[in-house]
Amino acid sequence: MAVHAPAARPKAARRPEPRPRRRTGGYWVFLLPSAVLFAAVILVPFLMNVGISFTRWQGIGDPRWLGLDNYTRLFADARFWTSFRNNAALIVAMAIVPTIIGLVLAATLFDYVGKKFGPRTASVLRAAYYLPQVLPVAIAGIVWGWIMHPRFGVLNEFLALFGMEPRGWLGDPDWALPSVMLIMVWFQIGYPVVIFMAGLQRVDPALYEAAEMDGASWARRFWHITIPQIRPEIYVVLLTCTIAALKVFGPIFVLTRGGPGGATLVPSYFSYQNFFEKANVGYGAAIATVLTLVIIVVTVLFLRVQDGEDGDS
Amino acid sequence: MIRKYSVLVSLAVLAVVMLVPFAIVTLNAVRSPADYSANGPLSLPDGLYLDGIIDFWNRVDFGGKLWNSLLISGSVAVLAVVLSVFNAYALGIGRVRGRTWILVVFLVANTLPQEALVYPLYYLSKEVGLYDTRLGVIIIFTVVQSAFGTYLLSSVLGRFPHEILEAAALDGAGKWRALWRVVVPISRPTLSVLLIFFFIWTWNEFFLPLVFLISNENQTVPVALGVLQGDKMMDATMSSASALLGILPAVVFFLIFQRTLTRGVTVGAIK
Repeated sequence: MAVHAPAARPKAARRPEPRPRRRTGGYWVFLLPSAVLFAAVILVPFLMNVGISFTRWQGIGDPRWLGLDNYTRLFADARFWTSFRNNAALIVAMAIVPTIIGLVLAATLFDYVGKKFGPRTASVLRAAYYLPQVLPVAIAGIVWGWIMHPRFGVLNEFLALFGMEPRGWLGDPDWALPSVMLIMVWFQIGYPVVIFMAGLQRVDPALYEAAEMDGASWARRFWHITIPQIRPEIYVVLLTCTIAALKVFGPIFVLTRGGPGGATLVPSYFSYQNFFEKANVGYGAAIATVLTLVIIVVTVLFLRVQDGEDGDS
Repeated sequence: MIRKYSVLVSLAVLAVVMLVPFAIVTLNAVRSPADYSANGPLSLPDGLYLDGIIDFWNRVDFGGKLWNSLLISGSVAVLAVVLSVFNAYALGIGRVRGRTWILVVFLVANTLPQEALVYPLYYLSKEVGLYDTRLGVIIIFTVVQSAFGTYLLSSVLGRFPHEILEAAALDGAGKWRALWRVVVPISRPTLSVLLIFFFIWTWNEFFLPLVFLISNENQTVPVALGVLQGDKMMDATMSSASALLGILPAVVFFLIFQRTLTRGVTVGAIK
């Protein structure tokens, strides 16, 4: 998975025209290659997917029109609800927990370590937290699949040193989801740390100095200066990480294939199974369509809340 | 004093915890199977044993996988930057009509889950003979990445100084020449950040390459290693060798691109 760098909101739209247009026109030619490619790779496939979701189709032969049957079946399917419940758990592990930990780490590194031990110490620590982020997420899954292996895994060996029982971890229905969550926290933490530390760079140091002179504790500075000042970054991180969590596929494929018994099933893997393992293409398309809707709704909600906040301040 | 250092120590402990998986994978990738069964995974290895890695390298033709990943990621990075520049030139500088809506389309395309495209793409690519080819994957990711690139670059080029463009126009440069001789050179720092991002993001992709590159000789590094998980031949030291081979290129890229990346990861946030 790639966590995309946070995008700038399109400022171009709000910006007034700089000056009366001259020599404009004719620029649309530059959009042509993209227009063709976007139609072929995104628009048409997306519409086809929506269309397929109203049919029964095995990938060969003619699709049979079902109307909304796939969707009514989907909403009655316990596995579907399980997959979204697991998704919620992964949002906690990939967006909420890393944001909270990242805030504390970034603020400590910036406001404490950077000042008391020098910026080099802070940037070395930051690099250590960020390192997991450079891995392809599937590779991160391979690393942890090996560490948590029930037979030869390091984790069991390590816990045995403290006299703890070996576990199946990813193969244990009770432990699989918490294990995946733990792995994703490890994987994600570096991203908010880096973004928040960059955000803190533009906070006016006078704010911190004034607070310190007033005798404000670290906790109070954190709560009253750090968090409000980097609010835009917090939104960006929460939004991009939530979307990444909703789309998560690689680690699940590599670590558990949704198992055991659906304990780590997520919508993207659920749709993959229906597309390519069960040849229930219509049903898979319905899952993918619902996932798309969820992602769009989440994005719009986030942007709404963010705009509302912007208006207040 | 004690408090001062206790904060540093706890941060350092956390850093070690974050790095332990890397260390433990490396330790066991260079450990002989005999050493492993005698001493387990936690001790220091007896000596440097590289046969496991070499063995695994040859067995999966890792060189070929590296080449596939390089070829796909490199082509996508270059093509997607070119496409993003074209779009952003029209949207940010040309200010074509309806640009807000066009940007919204790119933004939506950027958030769409690949699951909602995968089956039609799979079907269509089979129809046109691009299924299980590296070219097919290159085309798809060029479009996917350029959605983000367009979005980012349009806002950057929206602030491009018009005086420079007017000066170029007075010198008789047409739109095409102005793009290559003026806009691209001046935007080079942003473009190089984008280029690196696209390269790494494409390198890290798993879902679509997994679906599209089914034959061994076309697979990328993450896909080749990912599908081997749970394979019977994968014993403890072989598994860690495979994990290490997956980690190494990513860490190498990180070290090479570190400066640009830490600058670039914040590109959007600062704007």
